Amino acid sequence: MLKQTEGSRAVAEAVALCRPQVICAYPITPQTHIVEGLGEIVKAGELANCEFINVESEFAALSLAIGASAAGARTYTATSSQGLLFMAEAVYNAAGLGLPIVMTIGNRAIGAPINIWNDHSDSMSMRDAGWIQLYALTNQEALDLHIQAFRLAEELSCPVMVCMDGFILTHAYERVDVPTQKQVDAFLPPYEPRQILDPADPVSIGALVGPEAFTEVRYLSHHKQLRALGLIPQLAAAFNKQFGRDSGGLIRPYRTEDAETIVVALGSVNGTIQEVVDEMRASGSLIGSVSICSFRPFPLAALREALQHAKRVVVLEKCLAVGLGGIVSDGVRKSLSGIVLNGYTVIAGLGGRAITRSSLTRLFEDAERDELEQVTFLDLNADVISHELERESKSRRTGPTAEAILRRIGPVASSIG
Amino acid sequence: MAETLIKFYQTGTFTVGNRLLSEDQRSVQANMHRTNSLNSGHRACQGCGEALGARYAIDAAMQATGNQLIAVNATGCLEVFSTPYPETSWQIPWIHSLFGNAAAVASGVAAAQRALGKESVRVIAQGGDGGTTDIGFGCLSGMFERNDDVLYICYDNEAYMNTGVQRSSATPPAARTATTPAVGSSPGNVFGTGKNVPRIAMAHNIPYVATASVSNLRDLERKVKYAMSIHGARYIHIFVPCPLGWGSAPEDTIKIARLAVETGLFPLFEAQDGEVTASTKIRHKVPVTDYLKLQKRYAHLFGNPPDLGRIALIQQMADHNIAKYDLLN
Repeated sequence: MLKQTEGSRAVAEAVALCRPQVICAYPITPQTHIVEGLGEIVKAGELANCEFINVESEFAALSLAIGASAAGARTYTATSSQGLLFMAEAVYNAAGLGLPIVMTIGNRAIGAPINIWNDHSDSMSMRDAGWIQLYALTNQEALDLHIQAFRLAEELSCPVMVCMDGFILTHAYERVDVPTQKQVDAFLPPYEPRQILDPADPVSIGALVGPEAFTEVRYLSHHKQLRALGLIPQLAAAFNKQFGRDSGGLIRPYRTEDAETIVVALGSVNGTIQEVVDEMRASGSLIGSVSICSFRPFPLAALREALQHAKRVVVLEKCLAVGLGGIVSDGVRKSLSGIVLNGYTVIAGLGGRAITRSSLTRLFEDAERDELEQVTFLDLNADVISHELERESKSRRTGPTAEAILRRIGPVASSIG
Repeated sequence: MAETLIKFYQTGTFTVGNRLLSEDQRSVQANMHRTNSLNSGHRACQGCGEALGARYAIDAAMQATGNQLIAVNATGCLEVFSTPYPETSWQIPWIHSLFGNAAAVASGVAAAQRALGKESVRVIAQGGDGGTTDIGFGCLSGMFERNDDVLYICYDNEAYMNTGVQRSSATPPAARTATTPAVGSSPGNVFGTGKNVPRIAMAHNIPYVATASVSNLRDLERKVKYAMSIHGARYIHIFVPCPLGWGSAPEDTIKIARLAVETGLFPLFEAQDGEVTASTKIRHKVPVTDYLKLQKRYAHLFGNPPDLGRIALIQQMADHNIAKYDLLN
């Protein structure tokens, strides 16, 4: 059914259609509206046989999900930012135990300085925890990816994070097509666990494993993700057949066929990038873009296929690997092993800074002239940086950095543009 | 919870003597249908109080639930010595996730049973004092506060034994651990610290809280069976001496546990809905020195000259418990 609704509400409805049996909720901006929506759906009796539990922390939320999933229940939770870090130990544990939990990440920056707005620092920090990570481009895709995520998680016995940009998607009201229960039931069979805590057939789960077998256990979790490289496109195709929509998959190339310049990015910023690509194409540029949906597993072969004929690749990242530059760039470079082209990393949109069409147009035009640094910070305020560095060079006790910058910028700092 | 003590005048002790009892009065361990839930062959040390306590507790819970039991274990000695895979001592469905989340994982297992319509399957979480009173405390309090249908059992050996005997918030004053060494002007753990988790559990107004000891295994079994006869969040705190960590003889585990009770240092009591409802009376009150002297962790108190001042402080703690829980009458 078509409706105009908030991204978080759309996801809540999609998750409810997947018939989760245990949902653990802990509030953190910007994912909170999702669990609020689910709480309302469960409390109203619209979702049968579902336990909705308000817990005392994100660490407890995922821990409770681990117990519920190991006991055979389809289990869901959601978090963001500091919450994901607070549950980090359980994030690795859920993957290590092979529990098919689905978790939404309402992507948000990590402090300090504390910041509630969008970037990808949170989910990127957990990229190697053993979870599959899917990034949504639109609210419709966020909705659709949750339905695919439960099936993917349960087929592989591997947890899945569905990452959607905080505020930009979670709080945006857009038209979405919410499928019917019948459609979702036809796509997503009931959960059949590979392992279950059952008094009729007792097993020990979570035993100590030494050097003699640890590598094999880890390899198998890698192998699962390699299998997912095949399964994700299959599920996207099956989803398209069932729902009549193109959602998910490994990557989404956009006007890349003859492109000399290709921009690679994750998540909702691809919408803006595609608009800029259209505008630049209209004025004769040979430019295209690739949206990465599956960041884990990382689609090396698909990216190589999409990028290998370009002259240059610009990787636009909403996360900073401090002391290195980009995180996505590393994977992109690996996908292009042996191919000589110009590669640029652009750090953009940190802490919710708007990534505007005009900034992107300037950036891509610089890229086309190969006038970009290896690592560029989009719309970095050079005056603020030089002033602060100068201040720090002049005296020892310069005080807290972020506060000093805000004091200099003044009240306009509340602007995200 | 009323219990009729069965006295064995033939031997002059309260020791179990199951053969003299009718079948229904015998302990779970003496029952031919006991489940050996924590089976033999595990790798606990000689004289391990935790292994003994866990065996009795889980078998009693199994009997009380008709063997419909799932256990969640915090990281710690019990987890490590019971599951050096591919060997496992657990004859019941058992899961270990992390050090600090056993209570939350158990809440999840319990939630799944409700969602799946398997309410007859009951859930126990268990951990040592570190996993309970320190790192697992947030999750424990959350489980209590939500009144989740879980029995949490803490096996308290008063320090982090699995990592090599470091201080926890359950380590008593003056005790030597690797992080409260017996050096300096006041050797061992400091006075005036630590937390009383049974009392904190009571403050959550959960249906049932009890303390138990491996020196009184019939009492321990009874408390576990009672806990499994009701629903909601329940907590049992079991005193389990650790010969390795305490520097005591393995054959003295039961004796030391009994002395902890008989001195008043570890009062045995039960509480319902936040109020103490029963306590186990001390039969023969003994001075704390009888308890302390058997353990090398307190050896620094008995040097030349002995640390009479701090021994007196420990005696005060025991006397305070005796008065508070009315342990003598």
